[in-house]
Amino acid sequence: MKYVDEYRDPAAARRLAGAIRALVTRPWTIMEICGGQTHSLLRHGIDQMLPEGVTLLHGPGCPVCVTAAEVIDQAIALAATPGVILCSFGDMLRVPGETGSLLAAKARGADVRMVYSPLDAVALARAQPEREVVFLAVGFETTAPASAMAVLAAAEAGLQNFSLLVAHVLVPPAIAALLAAPDNRVQGFLAAGHVCTVMGYNEYGPIARRYGVPIVVTGFEPVDLLQGILSCLRQLEAGRAEVENAYGRSVRAGGNAPAQAALRQVFAVVPRIWRGMGEIPASGLDLAPAYARFDARARFRSAVGTPASAGPCISGEILRGRSRPTACPAFGTGCTPEHPLGATMVSSEGACAAYYRYRRAAA
Amino acid sequence: MNAPVCPLPAAAEGVIERGHGGGGALTGRLIAGLFRPCFGAPPDEPLHDGATLAVDGSRLAFTTDCFVVTPLEFPGGDIGALAVIGTVNDLAMCGAKPLSLSAGFILEEGLDIARLRRIATSMGQVAAAAGVRVVTGDTKVVERGKGDGIYITTAGVGLIPPGVTIGPQCVRPGDAVLLSGDVGRHGIAIMAAREGLGFETEIVSDLASLVPAVAGLIAAGVTLHCLRDLTRGGLATALVEIATGAGVELRLDPAAVPVGEAVRGACEILGLDPWYVANEGRLVAFVPEPEAARALAILRSHPGGAEAAVIGRVAATSGRGRVLAETIGGVRVLELLSGEQLPRIC
Repeated sequence: MKYVDEYRDPAAARRLAGAIRALVTRPWTIMEICGGQTHSLLRHGIDQMLPEGVTLLHGPGCPVCVTAAEVIDQAIALAATPGVILCSFGDMLRVPGETGSLLAAKARGADVRMVYSPLDAVALARAQPEREVVFLAVGFETTAPASAMAVLAAAEAGLQNFSLLVAHVLVPPAIAALLAAPDNRVQGFLAAGHVCTVMGYNEYGPIARRYGVPIVVTGFEPVDLLQGILSCLRQLEAGRAEVENAYGRSVRAGGNAPAQAALRQVFAVVPRIWRGMGEIPASGLDLAPAYARFDARARFRSAVGTPASAGPCISGEILRGRSRPTACPAFGTGCTPEHPLGATMVSSEGACAAYYRYRRAAA
Repeated sequence: MNAPVCPLPAAAEGVIERGHGGGGALTGRLIAGLFRPCFGAPPDEPLHDGATLAVDGSRLAFTTDCFVVTPLEFPGGDIGALAVIGTVNDLAMCGAKPLSLSAGFILEEGLDIARLRRIATSMGQVAAAAGVRVVTGDTKVVERGKGDGIYITTAGVGLIPPGVTIGPQCVRPGDAVLLSGDVGRHGIAIMAAREGLGFETEIVSDLASLVPAVAGLIAAGVTLHCLRDLTRGGLATALVEIATGAGVELRLDPAAVPVGEAVRGACEILGLDPWYVANEGRLVAFVPEPEAARALAILRSHPGGAEAAVIGRVAATSGRGRVLAETIGGVRVLELLSGEQLPRIC
């Protein structure tokens, strides 16, 4: 398959791994932001090709993992509200809040539908005017434009029965929060290629300069990942801290202007609570005042209850790069994909799920 | 008088979720933890696609399957063809020649009879092609809104030729693992039809009877250690189940597993792993290495078998059943899926 096979070429991957081994003179710690990259690294065994001293930490870039339990509980409460159809992306359905998961709520009778696009939820609202359709809008800058387009479509159609439970999050403030932490160990970042396809990479310049870390925009295939790691290590070895684009076939500096315009029109930047990381200033999107009528929290004020407390799992430490999945005492025993204690074990992009799926029995 | 007591407090067992029907770890737990003990099955009885019954010196294969597909008609087949082929394929996996089938229909009030006729016609046609007939059945009708048009349950019996014993317990170190064609087409075809996903190339289900291919292998005298048709849960689930059941380590060559361009593209877009996507006309066969080339030639000579391939080998018995696949940087362990594969967010 074009644009896939050439980036999964074992010979090319081995050449890059050789270049990395020849380059590295001391230990380095790099964080890949995106959960899709985490899974690709483990699935293809890229981590096993790196020299001993190069440590990859897995970042908070799995949209399912960082969505606060409180939001899942609100979604479950909405789904159980008579007349409501709760729509969500597939891998959001299994994540536990404090009160169970959407799949479990569905099994108990809540009307939960899996959609492939927020526009499917708009179409459902149009087809069923007697029902209230709520879309659980989660994800980073990659999925937020589609949510924005859904709001614009609903507004244009004059739909009264469509609303969003918004929990969108933004990557750069999370990177800044990680770097500002006093115990930060991350020396370089692989920025998420898909996020940068939408947003470009101009906003990473100030972060790289302020904290003195290289940030390399990186793709998702084995060759992409190794190229990103090599570029990042080259900067580290040379004492540089710049923003670099190693995913040029998809990413432009300015990103996707129409998508950004839709985001600016529909959403406003707000503080957001990240699962496991707490509140990060200016790290989320919520509906702008002009579109507040599509806010499910306001529309169903009595159904969305009070915030719940945090659970026992260490996913917060994992998402901040302070710990690894295998360091958790519950990993693979008390916590499995069937009985997850935290979102990082549930999501198809979660770091714990990646280790469980690709590494648990390899030892 | 004592206060009323509940003699058997109900354990907190949760409720049935979609994943319990997905053919992965949840399904396995339901079978091992609920059905087998409730039905008094000996714990060491091997799990296979069908049961083997000794009757007056002959051996019969006996199997059943339920079909609940939406949409009822899809590119490459319909629920009727699926119901017949699913059951004759399960018989074939026991090495049996299908003898007779039963069909139970649960119909939803309001179903178009012309549609039922189309589906029944296709059942008759594929059954005839497999050399078998539906000889008994039952029909029930449920209220409108309480079914998805048609649910079908089929059961079948077949005759196992003398000397043929097929199952995970027969797998031996060094066996070659053969795959009869490209994987992932049925699952993606159904998903595309159900969700209205428009792909540039229409993806057609691989739905096909495996009876001729298995009959060909047996007629040629190929030693068949284990056969498994790849249904829900896909190639990976079948291999993990066989490796676990046989207590052997399988080593796969990922590059040898054929996946069509359109299926690969769809899986990339949806975040699915084609090795875990459903098939309805593909099998894996475990045969002694010296017979692999001959078996491969036979599989390739059957319709839909042009891409048949040797995809791996059974390593020296490790006692720890698992499936390993080489990756660019190392080795990946295949696992059963915990539930259904769900499309990812981004």
